[in-house]
Amino acid sequence: MTTIDPARTELQPSEPPPQRRSTGTRATRLVGIGCITAMGWLVAFGLGFSPADRDQKESVRILYVHVPTIWLAYLAFVVTAVSSGLYLLTKKQSLGWDRVAGASAEIGVAFVAVTLAVGSLWGRLTWGVFWQWDARLTTTALLFVTYIGYLAVRRLGGSHQQRAKRSAVLGMIAVIEIPLVHFSVKMWRSLHQEATVANLDGDTKMDGIMLFSLFVGVIAFTFLYVWLMLHRTRAMAMEDMLEDRGLDDALIARRAEAANQQNGAH
Amino acid sequence: MEDAGFILGSYFLTFATVGLFAWRTLRSGRKLADQIPDDDKYWL
Repeated sequence: MTTIDPARTELQPSEPPPQRRSTGTRATRLVGIGCITAMGWLVAFGLGFSPADRDQKESVRILYVHVPTIWLAYLAFVVTAVSSGLYLLTKKQSLGWDRVAGASAEIGVAFVAVTLAVGSLWGRLTWGVFWQWDARLTTTALLFVTYIGYLAVRRLGGSHQQRAKRSAVLGMIAVIEIPLVHFSVKMWRSLHQEATVANLDGDTKMDGIMLFSLFVGVIAFTFLYVWLMLHRTRAMAMEDMLEDRGLDDALIARRAEAANQQNGAH
Repeated sequence: MEDAGFILGSYFLTFATVGLFAWRTLRSGRKLADQIPDDDKYWL
């Protein structure tokens, strides 16, 4: 015979559902799975299936991560400029555009840092030196420093709207550096090789499996960019909410303090 | 593989940076999500 515990039959007060402790959703998980899969393919093709180059030999394998990272940095900075423009030019001046611009610039800076570091390893194998004050390398370093400056400007004091306005102006000016970096190898005499895939004459002189490996790298880093953007913009929205809440709390506390002082004086 | 140290080093550097950046992004998101009610999270 079963006994009924009276304590267990009482209605329990309804507890609030637990907080969702992340910026993840089903979409981010799917993009994340796509990213990990594509990264696995990149390693397999970049280090395994792809053959060595006739001139560059095995060092060509470095280009399968070096080229996608700078392409993605270009994309990230173009997104920053477009979002900045949308913030400034639309009537609503939504802070959402500002957060997209900021998140994209952060990711772009990380990608440029990787490009510079990995490129210096490739340079050591190909040219015999880690660094040369060559046009392509110098303009890329300048691009990196400019966007570090952009991120520093975002951290200056003021309201969210002030932050958004000044960084939007900078974001639209800084993007001019991208064509400067890309065409630097044509404009000046440069050690760095010219574009093999994205060249103006449209003639890609590259072996099929090598081109495919590069393509896999671009796909993998694009998934990564989308995944990082989704998480980072959501985190930035929460940072803004908490800042606003902190300001509201400080105002309430200050008003209460002033009211207490007035009551004490009477 | 010739120059394996440089080649593997460049892949390690790339994936370590990417992994660190991703981990930092997730961790900051989790910390912030603790302090914000679900109703204010537009993505839910």
